[in-house]
Amino acid sequence: MEYEVVIGLEVHAELSTKTKIYCGCTTEFGGDPNTHCCPICTGMPGALPVLNEKVVEYAVKAGLAVGAQINRNSKQDRKNYFYPDTPRAYQISQFDLPLCINGGFDITLKDGTTKRIGITRIHIEDDAGKLVHDTYTGGTLVDLNRAGVPLIEIVSEPDMRSAEEAVAYVEKLKGILEYIGVSDCKMQEGSLRADVNLSLRPVGQKEFGTRTESKNLNSFRAIEHMINFEIQRQKEILESGGKVIQETRRWDEATGEGYAMRSKEDADDYRYFPEPDLMPIKLSDDYINNIKENLPELPERRKARYIEELKLPEYDAGIITSSKALSDFFEEASKECGNPKAVSNWIMTDIIRIARENDIDYSDLPFSAKRFASLIKLIDSGSISNTIGKKVFEDMISENKEPEEIVKEKGLLQISDESAIKEVVDRVVAANPQSIVDYKAGKDRALGFLVGQCMKELKGKGNPQIINRLIMEYLK
Amino acid sequence: MEITKKDIEHIANLSMLNLSEDEVDGYAKDMQEIIAFANQINEINTDGLEESAFALDSYNVFRKDEVRESFDRELLMQNAPSSNGVAYQIPPVIE
Repeated sequence: MEYEVVIGLEVHAELSTKTKIYCGCTTEFGGDPNTHCCPICTGMPGALPVLNEKVVEYAVKAGLAVGAQINRNSKQDRKNYFYPDTPRAYQISQFDLPLCINGGFDITLKDGTTKRIGITRIHIEDDAGKLVHDTYTGGTLVDLNRAGVPLIEIVSEPDMRSAEEAVAYVEKLKGILEYIGVSDCKMQEGSLRADVNLSLRPVGQKEFGTRTESKNLNSFRAIEHMINFEIQRQKEILESGGKVIQETRRWDEATGEGYAMRSKEDADDYRYFPEPDLMPIKLSDDYINNIKENLPELPERRKARYIEELKLPEYDAGIITSSKALSDFFEEASKECGNPKAVSNWIMTDIIRIARENDIDYSDLPFSAKRFASLIKLIDSGSISNTIGKKVFEDMISENKEPEEIVKEKGLLQISDESAIKEVVDRVVAANPQSIVDYKAGKDRALGFLVGQCMKELKGKGNPQIINRLIMEYLK
Repeated sequence: MEITKKDIEHIANLSMLNLSEDEVDGYAKDMQEIIAFANQINEINTDGLEESAFALDSYNVFRKDEVRESFDRELLMQNAPSSNGVAYQIPPVIE
């Protein structure tokens, strides 16, 4: 039977406020265990939380940036559950009156089509602490530095149908949050993480199948792998006549496997009720309009500018603008070297590749935009060929040096001396008479072969345009 | 509204309480009475009143986003039933 995949995402983003959501403790990442804590965020009886005004502002900003409606009347609620990373035994979240509802945006897929993904709601809540396995005693240690760090949870509609769509959605959402500066979205540090709800249903069926929820995915790769694994797992269950169990699952990217954490059947009763320690939130039109008018340039607008003014292909413009850091890198490097097209091409191939391979954020690239621009300038001026450029690029990363320095040290300057090249071409052509015959017989590949042989003799440093021209003279 | 033994067992489970058979019966009876008492509030006529989750007419109680010094860890750890001096120690958590 053919199945349709149904995916909805809950994305948690830590807000980049200076202090926690209900107390003045710092939100700084790292820090010695339990040094960013106080009676409020450790859940001492009688401690009174007071809401950080920036949390409301940032959540409203996020809502407006994804085209959501802002609730004029909102409140916070207690979500009750026992888990040792939650010292109060309840999380303060929002139940029926979240700050933002009914938003959404278009994602662009690899084949160039676009699709709208709806956003059900965005609400504010506090993050939990961290449990660390204690190898010394075999017990568990609790660090509450992160407890009380403000989060927004962005809940999507179950609109996605594949891993590609889910990844495109999270990429776009991450980009938007970065542009408006409400979260640093560092997935490796857990400041952006996604829960994936996934179910299968026979094609044509209206009702959703039983879903599982895979928690805390913190890289695009993990999201993609987890989804493909879970699709396969559910498919096998259904095809063998079994039933998918509604459960919470965990994904282990290292082993490439997901496993069940706990069955949701009876645990999922949070007994929400209005948080009596926190007063309701009422937002005026003035307040909302003021935030709206001050939203910075969003990825959509930047993308349009790249397409119109810089003539980038739509797909490339979409990828580059999906990350603020990458887009800023593009702008700075382009300005420096004056060749946006080349910068874009390098980003689309090598820069995205090295970021993926090393699982680094674009804000943490191992070279500056300026240094990268120097490499482009070396190629554009003909000092090195594109092929040598790729080598210098790799060395630039492994050796952390300026491209000019690498070229000088390794003697990689391009040979454009025509007489030197002609000598090599003469030799190569003389040694490969058959290639000339082949080319004249219509085998274009023979040209590539000859150029390759010349390049080999010139140790890759020959100017390809000159080599090409000189060989063509023989072939005419 | 009738409170069944199953309701009590469910709530006990969520609250991580082990109750004996007799206790379950007793609590079911007690809770039935408590809810009946609280349900008297339903008899009040609220026509024309705006819905509210709060008794006070207060809203937007906010704090500025300014860092304040955190608590001394040593003092915090004094409240922990068990600690290694830097973190709370709890029995192993297995997911």
